[in-house]
Amino acid sequence: MARETILHRVRTALGRAAGQDPEPAPPPRLRIPESGIDRRVSGFCAALESLAGSATVAHGAEEARQTVAALIAGHTAVASNAPFLAELGVPSLPGVQCGIFDRDELKRACAAADFGITSADYALADTGSLVMISSREEPRLISLLPPRHIAVVPRERILANLDELFTLIPLPSQHSSSLVLITGPSRTADIEQILVRGVHGPGHVHAIIL
Amino acid sequence: MSELPEQAIHAALADSRLQEAIYTATGRLVDKRKAVTSPEVLPDYQELRTQAHEIKKHTIENLDYYLELFERHLTANGGKLVWCRDGTEVADFILSLAKQRGARLIVKSKSMTTEEIELNERLEHHGLEAVETDLGEYILQLAHERPYHIVAPALHKTRYDVADIFTEKLGVQREVVIEQQTLIARRVLREKFLAADIGISGANFLVADSGSVAIVENEGNARLSTTAPKIHIAVAGIEKLIPRAQDLAVFLKLLGRSATGQPLTVYTSILSGPRRSTEVDGPDEFYVLLMDNGRTKLLADSQKRQSLYCIRCGACLNICPVYRKIGGHNYPWVYSGPIGAIITPQFHGVMDDPWLPFASSLCGACAEVCPVKIDLPQILLDLRAEVNKAKLREGKNRLEKLAFRLWAWLMQHPKLYEFAGASGAGLLGEEGRWLSQVPLAVGPVKAWLSERELPAPAPKSFRRLWRERRAGRGA
Repeated sequence: MARETILHRVRTALGRAAGQDPEPAPPPRLRIPESGIDRRVSGFCAALESLAGSATVAHGAEEARQTVAALIAGHTAVASNAPFLAELGVPSLPGVQCGIFDRDELKRACAAADFGITSADYALADTGSLVMISSREEPRLISLLPPRHIAVVPRERILANLDELFTLIPLPSQHSSSLVLITGPSRTADIEQILVRGVHGPGHVHAIIL
Repeated sequence: MSELPEQAIHAALADSRLQEAIYTATGRLVDKRKAVTSPEVLPDYQELRTQAHEIKKHTIENLDYYLELFERHLTANGGKLVWCRDGTEVADFILSLAKQRGARLIVKSKSMTTEEIELNERLEHHGLEAVETDLGEYILQLAHERPYHIVAPALHKTRYDVADIFTEKLGVQREVVIEQQTLIARRVLREKFLAADIGISGANFLVADSGSVAIVENEGNARLSTTAPKIHIAVAGIEKLIPRAQDLAVFLKLLGRSATGQPLTVYTSILSGPRRSTEVDGPDEFYVLLMDNGRTKLLADSQKRQSLYCIRCGACLNICPVYRKIGGHNYPWVYSGPIGAIITPQFHGVMDDPWLPFASSLCGACAEVCPVKIDLPQILLDLRAEVNKAKLREGKNRLEKLAFRLWAWLMQHPKLYEFAGASGAGLLGEEGRWLSQVPLAVGPVKAWLSERELPAPAPKSFRRLWRERRAGRGA
């Protein structure tokens, strides 16, 4: 049995016995800076823009809806099933497909759409990241297959940094099979270290902070 | 047993286009790393390195415990852990699963571990199509080459090389604009993602307390490989364990910065098993293939086992004066640069490539940039000692041994030593002369002096001067 062989080799090399408790681990290192909500909003926007993403602050639901409408005007979009987007009236915008709960259908729709519209569970101020926790409301492919991604995020969901995220979510597996951080548009520098955006994921990421 | 690939190295040195490609790319990576790790931008950088080192040390020293903990939590998440002693067991598992599921097309995201076991070749040998989807890896797969660099696999290819490869292999019109080349790859690979039966990825970290696989990338190909197909298989070495998801806060900050100068890579996926009944998309089956393939050999040595702390950021390659001249393909294995020079001999045995630990100036730059503080120069020295011991056992290095014996004997006899020194000074002549000008330089001494100069001994030794002074003062 490969399992027993490998564990036996490991224990022999380390001089440990089966079932032996480990030494105490170094305590986790988590540092959360003090920062007010306004600083988090401006920090997030600046960080995302420095990565060639774009960020807009919307004052009120109607402004957010209009910002989305202006971005997708004349194009097709798949929106996630997030109640937050429904409250904003995103699903009823022209060109928007919503309410897809079948995997294959979702794959086809996302592969054909110009925009994917989602919310985000959290955002990180210091890196400009969107935190996407997969669920029935928020599938994985909408922020991945279409060439442009729009995320509408309530401002109170902006955290300071990774440390705060892992303080709130110490065990990602308790929430979902997939927790993904999106930090700017898809990019590569594999040819001559020259930066190109939009390789396999979206080449454009627009965050709308409400 | 391999020998120093002198001819290939000379060819690499003489190829000015290649030299420029390596130097420019590694130079950009060095600058980008420096910009995001400076004390002004990241005041706690050194603290993070220390913490990362301590966590890796702790995990490796209690590895059996964390392997079993990971297995328990991954299983609870609905994933399946497959223990593999070597690459054959990895390939066998994938082949039999593919057969059972009737799978033919596999999309792969970048993984040095699968390069290590030449997984693509094994799968293709059995009629499966395994497509690399990272742009750099895709270019190299088309060109039938192995990665030149841990992080930037096609670092040695210019846009003109890529144009040639795409024209020849994909039958597209010749295209030298990098943006357009990227679009060509996107178009071809997009179809593969949507049609693939299985996605294979590596793993940057295996998180024990959460039973999760963490993968970092910039392109989105790893997300697609692990999301679009109905089966996801992650292949990882046993050293990838970390105790807690909270430790990712430390490692993610270091990995992106050290590898490509990014505070965080574009995508970080923390995947915990197959999709759940409440989720719309994601794979139905989720496997982690946990591979030994020689890693347990490295564990046995309490000093050198720190080689397993490596998080494959490639920073030591970029900064290494040797890598930057000879490039990635002159190292004997897929792992190149300083990290390759310390792990290859430990995986394969020091006498497979006895020259490798010596192919370093021991300048220490690698240890300075290593985000997990691996003492690479010390390990190189230890490996050199092992090579020399092995050579002595084989009856080689007799002359060197004899020379050192003579030296030791001289050092133990002060009078004789002084006499030898004085005769040397007398023989080699006046002050200011250099030994390289002396016809005495023959054999190994001549080889040593071909690149170096050694001053002739002073006409009066220190001991003699000391005696004379004391005598003068006494009088």
